[in-house]
Amino acid sequence: MEFSTIIQILDSAVRLSTPLLLACLAGLYSERSGIFDIGLEGKMLAGAFAAGAMSAYAGMPVTEGGLGMTWGMAWMGVLAAVAVSIVLAMIHGFASITLRGNQLISGVAINFFAAGSTVLIGQHWFRSGGQTPPLSGAQRFGPINLPFADAVKDVPFLGPIYEGLISGHNILVYIAIATVPLTSWLLFRTRFGLRLRAVGENPGAVDTAGISVVRQRYAAVLIAGILCGLAGAYLSLGTSAAGFVKDMSAGKGFIALAALIFAKWRPRAALGACLLFGLLEAIGNRYQSIDLGAFVVPVQFMQALPYILTVVILAGFIGKAIPPAAGGEPYVKER
Amino acid sequence: MTVETQTQGQPSTTAPVAPAIELIGVSKSFGPVQANKDIDMTVAKGAIHGIVGENGAGKSTLMSILYGFYKADAGEIKINGVTTEITDSHVAIASGIGMVHQHFMLVKPFTVLENVIMGAEDGPLLRPSLAKARKVLENLAHEYELDVDPDAIVGDLSVGFQQRVEILKALYREADILILDEPTGVLTPAEADHLFRILENLKSQGKTIVLITHKLREIMAVTDTVSVMRRGKMTATVKTSETSASELADLMVGRHVTLEVEKNPPNVGETILEVKNLCKTDGQGVKKLKDVSLQLKAGEILGVAGVAGNGQSDLLEIISGISAATSGEVSMRGESIDLTDKASAAMRRERGIGHVPEDRHALGLVLPFQTWENSVFGYHNNTEFSGKYGLANQKAMMEDTKKKIEKYDIRPTNPHLLASNYSGGNQQKIVIAREIENNPDVLLVGQPTRGVDIGAIEFIHKQIVELRDQGKAVLLVSVELEEILALSDRIIVMFDGVIQGERMPKDTNEQELGMLMAGIDPEASS
Amino acid sequence: MNKGLPKWADVVLIPLLSLLLAFLVSGLVVMFIGKDPIQAVQVMVSGALGKFGIGYTLYYTTNFIFTGLAVAIAFHARMFNIGGEGQAGIGGVGVAAVLLSVAWPHWTIAIVAASLGAMAFGAAWAAIPAYLQAKRGSHIVITTIMFNWIGSALIVYLLVGPMQAPGMVPETVGFSAGAAIPTLHDIFPAFDKHAPANVSLFLALIAAFAVWVLVWKTRLGYEIRAFGHSEKAAVYAGISPLKIIMVVMLISGGLAGMMAVNTVQGEAERLILDTVQGAGFVGIAVALMGRSHPVGVVLAAFLFGILYQGGGELSFEMGIPREMIVVIQALVIMFVGSLENMVRIPVERLFVRFDKGAA
Repeated sequence: MEFSTIIQILDSAVRLSTPLLLACLAGLYSERSGIFDIGLEGKMLAGAFAAGAMSAYAGMPVTEGGLGMTWGMAWMGVLAAVAVSIVLAMIHGFASITLRGNQLISGVAINFFAAGSTVLIGQHWFRSGGQTPPLSGAQRFGPINLPFADAVKDVPFLGPIYEGLISGHNILVYIAIATVPLTSWLLFRTRFGLRLRAVGENPGAVDTAGISVVRQRYAAVLIAGILCGLAGAYLSLGTSAAGFVKDMSAGKGFIALAALIFAKWRPRAALGACLLFGLLEAIGNRYQSIDLGAFVVPVQFMQALPYILTVVILAGFIGKAIPPAAGGEPYVKER
Repeated sequence: MTVETQTQGQPSTTAPVAPAIELIGVSKSFGPVQANKDIDMTVAKGAIHGIVGENGAGKSTLMSILYGFYKADAGEIKINGVTTEITDSHVAIASGIGMVHQHFMLVKPFTVLENVIMGAEDGPLLRPSLAKARKVLENLAHEYELDVDPDAIVGDLSVGFQQRVEILKALYREADILILDEPTGVLTPAEADHLFRILENLKSQGKTIVLITHKLREIMAVTDTVSVMRRGKMTATVKTSETSASELADLMVGRHVTLEVEKNPPNVGETILEVKNLCKTDGQGVKKLKDVSLQLKAGEILGVAGVAGNGQSDLLEIISGISAATSGEVSMRGESIDLTDKASAAMRRERGIGHVPEDRHALGLVLPFQTWENSVFGYHNNTEFSGKYGLANQKAMMEDTKKKIEKYDIRPTNPHLLASNYSGGNQQKIVIAREIENNPDVLLVGQPTRGVDIGAIEFIHKQIVELRDQGKAVLLVSVELEEILALSDRIIVMFDGVIQGERMPKDTNEQELGMLMAGIDPEASS
Repeated sequence: MNKGLPKWADVVLIPLLSLLLAFLVSGLVVMFIGKDPIQAVQVMVSGALGKFGIGYTLYYTTNFIFTGLAVAIAFHARMFNIGGEGQAGIGGVGVAAVLLSVAWPHWTIAIVAASLGAMAFGAAWAAIPAYLQAKRGSHIVITTIMFNWIGSALIVYLLVGPMQAPGMVPETVGFSAGAAIPTLHDIFPAFDKHAPANVSLFLALIAAFAVWVLVWKTRLGYEIRAFGHSEKAAVYAGISPLKIIMVVMLISGGLAGMMAVNTVQGEAERLILDTVQGAGFVGIAVALMGRSHPVGVVLAAFLFGILYQGGGELSFEMGIPREMIVVIQALVIMFVGSLENMVRIPVERLFVRFDKGAA
């Protein structure tokens, strides 16, 4: 295999792992605080739709009823994605924190709601089978070429890595990667993080220390909403889809959850896990079917590979992962 | 000294020194259950004040109200003479109240320092708070014999040390009033003594201490004043020097009781159950049982004493088929029993081993099941309960249940009632009836009277003795020394996964057993 | 949980109030996309219960009884089988494999054989997630979702590869005439001739009865319920968690797979792509609404049958996309499932006040 091919595959792995990483970190905040979030998928999907729709609307000429913006439409899309995702996150919070309902069921409901309502509203607004209009220019996030990328690209080995792999992604990719150390710092170096981790391990300890369990958990769920919104915005504004397509999250929210378990709820390990899933998907995309001589691996197998790998990883062939002790259980004072 | 700087009570306008705590007419109910009824109580500043009462008398609820964990339905609370509305723990902490809960409120994967600062951090960043806490802990360690490694992970510490972390948490928040809820339940007598020294130290520094316990010995040993609670009411408050343990016991239960159990000398037969070199290592690599061997004979009650968590539970779980052993043998009448994962509790029951588990809520009963379902639990595949084609013979189950309800005086007598709707004593009777009526050769009994009212305790003890008089073997695990001494024909003491010693009840006493429970063999050391 | 609440309030009143809220919010969604909710209800009801529609409504009902029972039985063991979609799909492969293997002489034999095939394949598709949950502790919700995706990839592979009929269409050859099962029209001519509802509706009702017997009348059912309430207590009583998880998930997968008798044997009469069409997920809403009780499941399945058939009419008559049904389904799961306490707590308070007033 040529070096340039490897760079291309890795480059595509980074792109594919970005929404996984954002969703995975969203899950990390939520689950560290003791709230299971099976609804990452739905929040991401709703975010993708909101971003696509808002960006399209912002860029539409005023004469056609749009805002007629010429720049910053993509950022408008991000704001819409985050807002919508936060609304869903708050519904999940209300169900699981305030009402102490079943967190799995709440997440499932949110996923279905997103899957149905995005198409419903999309059809109502744009009348093209639930898709948003194709986006172009400042309605999307384009690649950012880092300084000197062109200058160094001929330097052997390091040059192509810098030019082809590190440089040339859109802003959301860099934001996603920067979120990893930020999360690490927030979780392990700040008062907020200490309380967040504590509330997922022993909410009773937090309560008796005079801190509101409810507020801590809502804060975590809120952050999860923001990050899922970013993940969704990336899907419709940062990929070649260039707009919202029905069911475009395609199980990424669940794969992100598997990556979270694989990473044992640690931010840096989450980056590694998501890159691994991204890499697999990149390989699957590039090699539609693999001829092994004796037989040909069918394309459907390659498409199912990320899901199969998720099952394998969940089966814990990578060592036992211990989730936060109070995860999934609503906090009720004893008695 | 950071701790010394506190004001010695606020300047009070009414009296020279206002009491630390004053409760006036405090009431609290949970649904139909009235946990506290119109409670009045005064705790003098700088005193050690005991609160005694049976399980369920309302002690913990009262203290939880004081700590802002629950809100009282009615009543007034004055702290240092000032009426204070304690809406949540935050207010309690700000009023100088600290609490050591019966079930520690610690975050196990955190270090001691992290646990101590949580909720009392000095700013948004952890580093300065941790540094400050490290210093403060050093000082407190000197002052009060409260040494703990500040960087240790709390989950790795022994319960005694975890309790110190709880105390340190309160002191770090500059508490003047320290409430301890059943602090010695999980401690060895030696650890308990150390705790009492700490409390004396704290008292000499002017702190007020409220000690909740059901152990009269402790009340007599360390308190200045004692309040007695019964069925949600405060029945008396007396000076400790002017009362006696037996008077307090009468006040607690409202009638004169003795824990003596009438029984004839045992008629001991041959060995039925033999345990050889039993070892158990748990998932975290902790050795819970180390080479435990014992013999259980027909017609005897073998008592297993020990502080909770020293291997007794694991012993019961392995013999009863709930968990697997790492190595060793258990045999019943000379025939060995499979101790691997695959062997189940059902197999044990077929071999004639009954089991009254330590935790009836988690194991012994399915709380949302009706009585008739619970009363065949574990025996539901017996031929008398089996219909054709895998059906359950519900008629036979119901008949059987009605008999048990009558024979064991289980109340209410409705076989359709859910287990969660019974009192602790009646729940335990359902379990005991089920296990005894199935006519086991060996009965394993764990904490038979935990959370059970006095009347039911007598009944349950009588049933156990009767079973033994029928020539059956009983293995009794209890953390209550009194119960062990009253029931057992022979006593073994467990400490840290080994059998620390064996005694006959007539040749021993609480002190000696207490030393064994702490891992000290009095005979070897003297 | 149900302190002071009479049983009828717990079982009937609270689900109905929750359902009402779900429908109200659904109405708001309809208004949001600029349609008239009242008209929508009329279109749905007349479309679903008319002479023509009822045959479709019962066809969907049959699907939802099977998938609803599948989710419900798993709920009894406190497991969340969200993989009904994949299990029903693979169940279809089982039906096709059986029906294509020989030329069946009569539908009565064929339907028995096809049912066995459907159950076996559906159960097999649930077996791996079940085993991984029991032995490795993998979260069954995530693994069953993954198996939905893997299953759909597998079916695509089979229909463009080994099982494909000659030609370019991704489907198998048609089943032999002997495998065709009677429609309701064949039995009761009152039903419309084209309506797909068929005798597997009776299989679904039998399955509901069988699940009721299993859960409430057998020793296995007793063990399942005990395990569902408390795994620790079950172990104490000598009930093997591995056994319960496996058995329950096999039954659950088998029930979901049975749906294919209705769709593949009864309707399509060959295996085509996407025979399940979300019915596996509808099963979740049906089980929640039906309180995991077979009678409740049958009633809820009928309600969702109306929604599905009526939803088709909505898109036909009012231009509301079919996804409206998914939204309604989500809202039902939300209000009946996770937001239940929103209704329960005020109702409980009301009853307490009422009790006090009466006393």
